[in-house]
Amino acid sequence: MISLQRRYMYDKLMKLFFAVNTVLVLIPLVIIISYVVVQGIGAINLDFFTQELGSPSRAMRGQPTGLVHTIIGTFVIDFMALIIAMPFGLGAGIMLSEYPDHKINPLLRIMTDTLNGMPAVLKGLLAWALVVKPMGGFSGFAGGVALAFVMLPILARSTESALMNIPWSLREAGLAVGLPRWRVVMSVIVPASKTGLVTGLLIAFARAVGEAAPLLFTSFGNNYMPNRWTGWIFGPVDSLPQRLYSLAISPYRQWHELGWAAGIVLLSLVILSFIVARLATMEKKYR
Amino acid sequence: MRKGNTTISTSELLRTPPGPLYRWLGDGIFSWTVFILGMAVIVSTILMAIVLYLDGAEAFSRFGIWGFLRGRVWDPGSSFVFGSLPFLFGTVITSVVSLLIAFVPAVAVALFTAEYSPRWLSQIIENLINLIAAIPSVIVGLWGVFVLAPWLRGTIYTPVYLWTLDNAPSLLPILGNPIGYGMATATLVLAVMIIPYTTALTVDALRLVPREQREAAYALGATKWEVIKMAIIPYARGGILAGAMLSFGRAIGETMAVAMLIGNRNTLPFSIIGPASTMPSVIVNEFREAVGNLHLSSLMAVGFYLFLVSLAVNLVAAHIQRKFSFTGGRAV
Repeated sequence: MISLQRRYMYDKLMKLFFAVNTVLVLIPLVIIISYVVVQGIGAINLDFFTQELGSPSRAMRGQPTGLVHTIIGTFVIDFMALIIAMPFGLGAGIMLSEYPDHKINPLLRIMTDTLNGMPAVLKGLLAWALVVKPMGGFSGFAGGVALAFVMLPILARSTESALMNIPWSLREAGLAVGLPRWRVVMSVIVPASKTGLVTGLLIAFARAVGEAAPLLFTSFGNNYMPNRWTGWIFGPVDSLPQRLYSLAISPYRQWHELGWAAGIVLLSLVILSFIVARLATMEKKYR
Repeated sequence: MRKGNTTISTSELLRTPPGPLYRWLGDGIFSWTVFILGMAVIVSTILMAIVLYLDGAEAFSRFGIWGFLRGRVWDPGSSFVFGSLPFLFGTVITSVVSLLIAFVPAVAVALFTAEYSPRWLSQIIENLINLIAAIPSVIVGLWGVFVLAPWLRGTIYTPVYLWTLDNAPSLLPILGNPIGYGMATATLVLAVMIIPYTTALTVDALRLVPREQREAAYALGATKWEVIKMAIIPYARGGILAGAMLSFGRAIGETMAVAMLIGNRNTLPFSIIGPASTMPSVIVNEFREAVGNLHLSSLMAVGFYLFLVSLAVNLVAAHIQRKFSFTGGRAV
C-alpha cells in the first residue's frame, strides 16, 4: 500500500512533467517564428513588393529585386483552387449533413478522411497527370487544380460540421411553412451557417497556401512577371512556398535573405487567416 | 432523429412532402446536384490510385511490382535501374522514430491542457499548438537548413563523431558522417511537426471521456494522476491510438521539410545521422528533372506505394477509432 504522501507526491511530479513538456513543445514555435522575422525583416522594403526576382546576377549586382510576381501568383493560384474546390466541397458537405440517411454517406465520409490524409505531394502528381501532361506544360491552372485537391476534403468536412451546428428544428420550421427541401437548405440552413462556412474556407485557404510540394511540378514557378494576364493561368506561375524552397536551396546569399522575407509574408498570410478563422469560431461559440 | 424530442423520423423528413410537380423536380435536381458534386471526393481518391498506377505501369512492367518494391538500386544516372526499397526504408524509419519521439510529449501536453490547466490557459495553449501545426512545412525546412542542421552538426554530431572516432571506431559506419543533413535531423524536425497533430487528436479523445468516469474515480479517493491513469487513459485509449496513427500518416507524407533536411541519398540508409531519402522527398527532388520516361514512371510508381501506405495507415486509424470508441469505457 502506497502512503498518501507518496501518492500526492506522484501527482505533483506528473503535473510538473506535463507542464514542462508543454513549455518544451512550444519552444520551437517561438524559435522558428522569431528566426524568420529577424532574418527576413531586412529584405522587406518597397522593392520587395514592387520588383520581380529576375536572374541571380540581378541580386548579385545589387540591383533591386523583389517578389511581387510571387505574391500575386500565390493569390491567383489559391483563389483559383478555392473556386474549383468550393462547389465540390460544399456539395459533399451538404450531402453529409442534409441527407444523413443516404447510402453513400459512410463511404463518402471515409473517402473524405482518406483524401485528407493523403500526402499533398500525391495531389500534385494527380494534377500533373490530369492537367500538365495533357496540356503539355506547367501552368498556374494546374497549380490551382493541385491545391483544389488539398482543399476539397477540408471544405467538405468543415461544411458538414458547420451545417450540423444548425439545430434540426430550424429545418423543420422551414418545412412546416411549406418550403421544399432544397429551399430549406439554400435559403435557411446555408445562410444560417455562414460564419461556419467562411471559417472552413479560411482554414482550407490557410492549409493550401503553405503547400509547396504539389506546386513544384504543376505551377512550376517563374522568376518574372508574365507578359499577359493569361500568363497567370496558362503559363508557369510563382507562389510563395515553392519560391521559398528554391531560394533556400539556391547558392546565392542575397537570395537567402529574400527567402526569409518570403517566409515572413507567407507566415503572416497563414497566421492571419488562422486568427480570423479562430475569431469567427469563438464569436459563434459565445453567442 | 438527432436533436430535440420530435416524433418525426429523419427518413420521413427527407421524403419530399406531396405537392405539385415542380416541387418534386426542384428537390430531385438539388439532391442529384449535391450527390454528383459530393461524388467528386470519392472520384478524386480513386482517380489518384488509378493515375499513379497507370503512370507507374512502365516501371512495374520493367521491374515487376515486387521487384520494384524490393529493388535496392535507384540509378537514374547510368544504368537506369530503379527500385524503391531505399525510400520505403527511409520513410518507415523516419516516421516510426519521429512518432516514438513525439508521442509522450504530445500526450503529456494534451493531458496538461485537458485535465490540469484552467480553461483560459488551455485555450491559449491549444491555439498555440494549432499554430505550430499551421506553420508551412517549407518554413520549418528553411529554419532547419539554416539554423537547426548547422547547430546539430556543431554541437552534437561532431563531438559524438569525434568521441566515437577515439573510443569505438568500429561504430563509425553506423553513426555516419556529421554533415548535419540526414536521417536524425529529418526525424527530429518531423517529431516537432507531428506533435501538434497528436496533441490535438488526443485532446479530442480526452474531451469525449464522460464526467461520470472521472467522478467515480475521484469518489474513490484517487488523486488527479490516478484518475488519469485508471479512469481517463483506458477510456480514451482508442482515440489516442487513432490519433497517433493519423500523425504517423502525416509523418509519412511530410514532404518539404524532409526533402530539405534528409540529405537525399538514394541508397539504403545504414547510418543514423547520415543522409537518406523518403518516398515523398525523392518525388519532390527528382520529378522536375526526371531523365526519360522510365525515370518518370518509376517516380510515379513510388507515388503509388506512398498512396498504398497512406491508405493503409488511414484505414487502420479509422478502424481503431471505431472499434475502441464504443468498448473503451467498459473494457478497463
